Amino acid sequence: MTTATEINLQMNEQLLGSWRVVLDLSVKEVFQIMLGCELREASSPSPQTECDFTAMVGLAGKLCGVLSLRCVTATATALASRMLGLPAEEVTDQQCDAAGEVCNMVAGNFKAKLSGMQDGCMLSVPTVITGADYRLYSLADAGRIEIPFEFEGNTIWIALEIHS
Amino acid sequence: MSEIRALIVDDSSVMRKIVERSLRQAGINLAKVHEAGNGAEALLVLESNPVDLVLSDINMPVMDGLEFVKRAHSRESLRNIPIVMITTEGSESHVVQALSCGARGYIRKPFTPDQVKEHVVPVLGGQQ
Repeated sequence: MTTATEINLQMNEQLLGSWRVVLDLSVKEVFQIMLGCELREASSPSPQTECDFTAMVGLAGKLCGVLSLRCVTATATALASRMLGLPAEEVTDQQCDAAGEVCNMVAGNFKAKLSGMQDGCMLSVPTVITGADYRLYSLADAGRIEIPFEFEGNTIWIALEIHS
Repeated sequence: MSEIRALIVDDSSVMRKIVERSLRQAGINLAKVHEAGNGAEALLVLESNPVDLVLSDINMPVMDGLEFVKRAHSRESLRNIPIVMITTEGSESHVVQALSCGARGYIRKPFTPDQVKEHVVPVLGGQQ
């Protein structure tokens, strides 16, 4: 007989599965509309341990968690370059701002697509961390959705960690 | 076509540049673009510069977009300047709150130049 815990786990997995689809769409829309590029999931993603650039936005309310964007600094520069339509050498001081805004828009787009979340979930100000020698540990305990995307030959990791 | 003096209010300098570009891509003829990083700075700009259109984010430090709209709308000299919100916060309550404070339109990020045109041109009236 299926226990309540097993039922909860199954429902959680189903929910995470459906949210993964929403997150994937949310990311692709932001990149298509604001950066003019079509993203696809990376078939051979670079490991996250190589990422030295992390942008994060917190979600609070009906949905609690953290949405993060991780990549290498060169990719963050390419992202800023694409957003602003300027050469990479002219945007080296705007990577944090650009990545933070992308993270912010993905989070906003994601929650807008979930029924009932628009009013019940607020976003934090984006935070950006740079540097290579760190690990991210989240206290989120209700699941994690992680999708690697290919952007101009490099990997951008988008993750949503959910807190119960 | 009239030239528009615009004020773009967002704590992200990248987003301010993107909004300006979107206005131009939407066919808005910009004579001058002012920028502000929050609502308080925006009010200072409005007090000393003629402006025909304001596009403002909501989530900003010091003074957020809703407070900015409320204060601008309470001043007789600023009341008639159209303010359009442009923000990731697209909940119905935010839209209602912004419009009730005096905003004339609401654009949710991410946005296309066409969406900017759709929301901005009507509030400019006969200027475009």
